[in-house]
Amino acid sequence: MQVDWSKNFFELFGLPVQFDLDPSDLLTRYRELQRRVHPDKFASASAEERRLSMQLTTLVNEGYQTLRDPVRRARYLLELSGAAMNDETDTSMKPEFLVEQMELREALEEACAREDSLRRLAELANDIERRHAAKLEELRDYFSRGQSALAATRNAVRELQFLGKLLREIRDQEEELT
Amino acid sequence: MAYSDKVLDHYENPRNVGSFDKGDPNIGTGMVGAPACGDVMKLQIKVNGQGVIEDAKFKTYGCGSAIASSSLLTEWVKGKTLNEAAQIKNTQIAEELALPPVKIHCSVLAEDAIKAAIADYQSKTAGGDDKADAA
Repeated sequence: MQVDWSKNFFELFGLPVQFDLDPSDLLTRYRELQRRVHPDKFASASAEERRLSMQLTTLVNEGYQTLRDPVRRARYLLELSGAAMNDETDTSMKPEFLVEQMELREALEEACAREDSLRRLAELANDIERRHAAKLEELRDYFSRGQSALAATRNAVRELQFLGKLLREIRDQEEELT
Repeated sequence: MAYSDKVLDHYENPRNVGSFDKGDPNIGTGMVGAPACGDVMKLQIKVNGQGVIEDAKFKTYGCGSAIASSSLLTEWVKGKTLNEAAQIKNTQIAEELALPPVKIHCSVLAEDAIKAAIADYQSKTAGGDDKADAA
């Protein structure tokens, strides 16, 4: 087993280093890689090879988790291009966006207090999913414009993190109620 | 995550939760967010003619430390002048609440919020036109 540890996750999966990616193609590549490095295949191999197989399996899994999630993929791409996001210092958000986020969280609070809360939560989840999908489209566009749209790219990633958190909170509330 | 007693106290009995009319010329509104955790915080101050903060309110959607930081801050700024309030540092909040390192950003968020609220109030008083909208 020959391993080139300097490969990034895109290279590991034989994919171009870019934001656009076909999730089903990624899944196919993931399964193929996983099969090739799986520890079961090395049960009778040397201790060194077994250890390597374990490490590679972990790496392949981590790579898949990073690439399949658009926000994690975006953050990873920015990191590769030397423009890593820093959550502690990249905090500037557009005031309108924050006002909207505050209102959406108030809407979530109100939805939970109502008798038909499950229906309200489902509506709210649909609304946020639409916003999330639209923002992902924007992000894709910014990535295609490269360096010139870097500030907009980073802003879209930050906004997606807020929307993602909100979606998780809605899902948590739905679970509590069912 | 083990919260300190002071954080728990503010979390369970938050002070000054609520909103003022943000169109009111005597109100300054600061709205901030933490992309890392998706927390959003709104902090509002009511300022009198002498530039003293008479009242403060907050609304925070976030973890216990973020709620406690904003709750504590609204208590601290009441009775202070705008200049005094602008001097409050996140480290003072973090120290008072005994925040662990991973929650320091919550106190930073609170400091950003009061600064934004002061700036909003000052921009309102500087540009007199906005006052016509308030009722």
